Formats: sequence, C-alpha cells, structure tokens
Amino acid sequence: MKKTLFDKVWDAHSVRRLADGQTQLLIGTHLIHEVTSPQAFGMLRDLGTKVLMPHRTFATVDHIVPTDQFNEPFADPMADAMIKELRRNCAGSGITFFDRSTGRQGIVHIVGPEQGITQPGTTIACGDSHTSTHGAFGAVAFGIGTTQIRDVLATQTMALSRLKVRRINVTGSLGPGVYAKDVILHIIRILGVNGGTGYAYEYGGEVFDRFSMEERMTVCNMSIEGGARAGYVNPDETTFAYLKGRPYAPKGPAWDEAVGRWKAVASDPGCAYDDVVNLDAREIAPTVTWGINPGQGVAIDETLPDPSQVRTADEKASVEEALAHMKFEAGAPIKGTRIDVAFLGSCTNGRLSDFQEVAKYLKGRRVAAGVKAIAVPGSQGVALLCAELGIDRIFRESGFEWRAAGCSMCLAMNPDKLVGDQLCASSSNRNFKGRQGSPTGRTLLMSPVMVAAAAVTGRVADAREVFDVSRSN
Amino acid sequence: MPLSKITKISGRGVHVAGNDLDTDRIIPARYLKCITFDGLGEFLFMDARKNPDGSEKAHALNDPRFRGASIMLSGANFGCGSSREHAPQAIQKAGFKAVVAEGFAEIFFGNSTAIGLACLTAGRDDIALVAAAIESDPGLEITVDVAAQKLHFGGRSIPASIRDAARDALVNGRWDPIGELIEGVPLVRELAGKLPYLAV
Repeated sequence: MKKTLFDKVWDAHSVRRLADGQTQLLIGTHLIHEVTSPQAFGMLRDLGTKVLMPHRTFATVDHIVPTDQFNEPFADPMADAMIKELRRNCAGSGITFFDRSTGRQGIVHIVGPEQGITQPGTTIACGDSHTSTHGAFGAVAFGIGTTQIRDVLATQTMALSRLKVRRINVTGSLGPGVYAKDVILHIIRILGVNGGTGYAYEYGGEVFDRFSMEERMTVCNMSIEGGARAGYVNPDETTFAYLKGRPYAPKGPAWDEAVGRWKAVASDPGCAYDDVVNLDAREIAPTVTWGINPGQGVAIDETLPDPSQVRTADEKASVEEALAHMKFEAGAPIKGTRIDVAFLGSCTNGRLSDFQEVAKYLKGRRVAAGVKAIAVPGSQGVALLCAELGIDRIFRESGFEWRAAGCSMCLAMNPDKLVGDQLCASSSNRNFKGRQGSPTGRTLLMSPVMVAAAAVTGRVADAREVFDVSRSN
Repeated sequence: MPLSKITKISGRGVHVAGNDLDTDRIIPARYLKCITFDGLGEFLFMDARKNPDGSEKAHALNDPRFRGASIMLSGANFGCGSSREHAPQAIQKAGFKAVVAEGFAEIFFGNSTAIGLACLTAGRDDIALVAAAIESDPGLEITVDVAAQKLHFGGRSIPASIRDAARDALVNGRWDPIGELIEGVPLVRELAGKLPYLAV
C-alpha cells in the first residue's frame, strides 16, 4: 500500500497501542532547553527514574540568554538559575549540552539541523512548539509540554494519537521579493490559525522542490501557527546535500546506506492524503500581519479589514479586538505605518541565508532615525559564518545592533523587550498580545527583507520598491 | 500512586470570553522564568487582568462574583501558540479542574489531559447559554460529566464532547501515561535496536 512519509515514520516508531487507544511512539531524538525542561527533570527525580537514552538527548540554552553581554552570572538571577539548572541536569544524566562555551550554542531549532542531528525519517520531540521546524528534513517532529518531556526522558517515548495528513502544494514560481516567510504567512491566512488542528502538513510542489533547506525550515517552523502540530517536506537531494559532512551526519559507508533509507521514507507517489490544498505561488505577495494572531495578515499593498464589512459576528469581534490592540484604523493601508523597532532573528528567520539576503540590500543603507534595529543570529554557528562573510559588519555599519545567539525579542524572556506600545517589524513567528515583552507592545510579522525595508525607511514598506529586488524563487 | 478517576467535575463556572486565547495570553513569557510550576496560578491571564501599574482591568477572573470558580468556559482555539505546559499548569493551580470551550489547540489539549485538567468542547450557542446562566447566578453549581460528555447547569444540560482516548484516560484514572509508558520500556529498547539511526 502506498503511504505518506508521516505514516511510514509513525509505523516504524510505534512501540505499541496503549489502553486508551493512543500509540506509544518512540522518539528517536529529544532536544531540550532551559525553559521547559527543569520541571521535567524534577518529575523524573520524584519518580526515582533516570534518563533512558541520554545519547539521544541534546540540550542547548536559548530562550533566556542575554544577547548583549556574555558574563555569568547573568544580571537576571532567575535566568542564571535556569542555565545552571540545565547544566546540572545534563551533567547528571550524561546529556550532550551545547553550552555557550562549546561554540555550538543557539536556538534549539537552528542547532539541531546545523549539527546534523535532525535527519530524515526520524522522530523528534522538544518542549517547544516550533519543533515542527525539523520537519523540513522529512522528520516527524512534535512540540511537547513538560509532562511529555518527562515521558521522553524516562522512556524515550510518548503517548500520542496519529495525525491526519494534509498535502499543501504550492505550484509555479514566487515573484521577486517574495520569500518562504510570505508563503507560510499566506498559507496560515488562507487555512486559518486553527485550520491545521489534527493534521500534519506535508508541504510540496515546485516552490518547495526549489527551496533551500533554510527556506523549508522557515515554512515548517510556523506550521504550529496554523494549528498543525507537525509539518514536513519530503527529503530529496537538497536535504542530503545540506546534511553531508555535518558533525552528527552519518559518515563513510553509513552515509550511503542512510541516503538509501532517507529516499525510501519519502511519501510514495500517488499515496492518499486526508486532504489536499493547492496554492498558486503567483498569488503570494510580500505579506505583513496587522493583528494579534499570525493568520491576520495582508499583502503589503492591501488595506486593513473593516469590521463593518466582514462576514461573521465572530470575525467582527476578532478584527475589532486586533485593531484596538494595534491602534490601527479599519480600512487603512498597512504600507507607510511608522515603526519603532526592527527585529531580525528567531527560529523562523535567524539562519545564515536570512542575514545574507538582507545584507545584499542593507549594504550602504542606514537604519532610519528613531528606529531601534537589532539583528540576532540564531546560533553561534550562524554568527561565525556571518563574521567570516563580513555580514555582521554590514549590519553594524547600517545601524543595526549585532547581537549574540538566542531567541531574544521573539518572546522576550531575556532583556530584549519592546517598551510600552512600541511597534516592531519582526522576522519572528508570533504577534500575540504582549509576545515581545510589553503587554501593550505591537508586532508585525514579515520576511527578513521586509524587516530591513521597514528599518531603513522607518515605515512598513514594500521591499520591492525600497530595494532592487531581483531574486526569484 | 493511583491516579484519580476524573468522571464528574462540579463547581462554579466563569466565562473567559474570546477566541484564540493563546498561551502567551494565558501565562506571559516572563513568568516562565522558573524551575518549578509552583505559584503559577497567581499569574494566570496576568496582562489581561492587570495594567502595567498593577491596577485591575475589567476581567471575569477579577470579578469577585466568580471567585473560587473551578470550571472555565471560553471560545474557539483555546490555548493556541506555544507548547508551554505552564499554561494548563497555571489554570490548574488557579483552582480550575475543567475547561469547556468551543475548541482547543492540539498541544494545549494534550498537555492538559496529561495533568488531569479536563478539556471538553461544546457548541458556541450552548456555551453562551451556560455563560448567561452563571452571569445571572454566579453561585450556580455546574457539573461537567466527562463520562457522559455533558455539562449540567440549573436543571438543563448541553452536550460537551471530548475525544475518546482522552475521555477514557480521565475516567479510568490513566490520564498520566507514565506508568504504562514505563511498562513498555523493554519493547522500546527492542524497537530502538531495529532502527539503524538509533543503534549505539
């Protein structure tokens, strides 16, 4: 029988059916970080049990690390306690910890792929909803809560119900200045923030065939913003080329053997899906969110919705609430809106290609007066490559603050926060009320190049007009 | 230690209105700086409940009439966003035993079930009926019958559904799967031995 990648991976990792009908699913790779794991280690101690497969567990520190100073103890005593607790837990259990001193530290969803830990046909879990990122490699990757972290630490499994699979085809070619971020913001806008509930999203079609691994990661990363717990792309030559030679990738004869397995794990041509959605790449424009969830987006040349013109009472309430928080007028254009902060980074868009692409346009330009612009590489590895390529210098010379690796202002658990009702053009993944650290702060999600266009003009702008954007996907 | 069988939950209700109430709203990220879940209940819906200067906003959870409620009613896509278990933990530690909403985000639902916080789905109009009833009589006792998938209030009832696996787990006292997962460890080792990438 023809099967999807999801079903092949699920079946290969099913240990047994549990009494209540869920599956005990083997998790091949467990990634942990400082925020959601300490309680799980505490629960493990309470149970009197140990980490079952420490060699399949990898840790990094990302959410709470300051990005502008490197000395410990951290100024924030709680942040300091959290990094120390993670160190203690990893050392006590024999878990590999990509601590800052290793040069491999960074956002967990950037470190896994960068180290070659994230591989096709595997199952991955991490106590972070953006674990869906790893699906870019044809892995089945789940964001989990702390109790499930305990489950995976203790048993290398968790109890889960099988997801349905929705195939999302994006055919044709993206126009110049339209990026992976626009593709996923468009998908969420069309299918809704809860449209993916109960599904894994399988992304495919010409656009994904041509996408680099980093672009695929950007899309898979935000699957959860569309309600899909997992998202993936079938592995192909692009995947294998990315992985080859990375520290944890198979070597020698094991490499060829692994590639054979990885090819076989892709969805079978002609397999059945629970649902199929077809989208035309030509209809995707540079997209900017205007509201308080990632589905509230518009194309850069569109106007904001008018609550008096929407179809349902529900939509009306949601538009009104969003406009009130954002302090925007119904029906106003998004373009031209004055911004206070520009943030470039996060597990969505904090990879080398994101900074490389922006640097192409930023060179010789200046951040507008009154705009605070910060660039935060997603990992020490990304920072090193940017330094080697002189990208960090381009950012600094343009007036961006160039910071050290971490989650930073995506969720503002470190000192990088919006103040008051500042409006931030952000390459991150969530525009929820208060997300960037100030309860009244406001976030506009967009692609990195659109963030750069906003930074240099001081306003939400169409990057295709601000820069000479000639690249096409 | 055997888990409690969660078949029926009775108590007073509170309606926290709105759709897409995300986990950043339920527990803002700054309260995730902790190494235990103790005390999280205090920060439930913090920024929706309080102004930055500490003064209270109009919010159902600030309303003294609903103090002590143990059943929360809400809208669609409740708990979307981050996978932080701090969200259901904060709800539970604030004294809630059940959430009845129009729908739940996937990860939130799983996190809640695993800590014995019952999440049931009901229709919008039905939730509005219950909300109206508790608004006019905040002391009204309501009962969430997990086994029968109903919510009873003031002599009336509405259907309130929960997927089979979660319902069975709650009513049979198996909502925390750790015991069963540990029993399976020999099988886990066996399966891991067969997967090339897990071979040591």
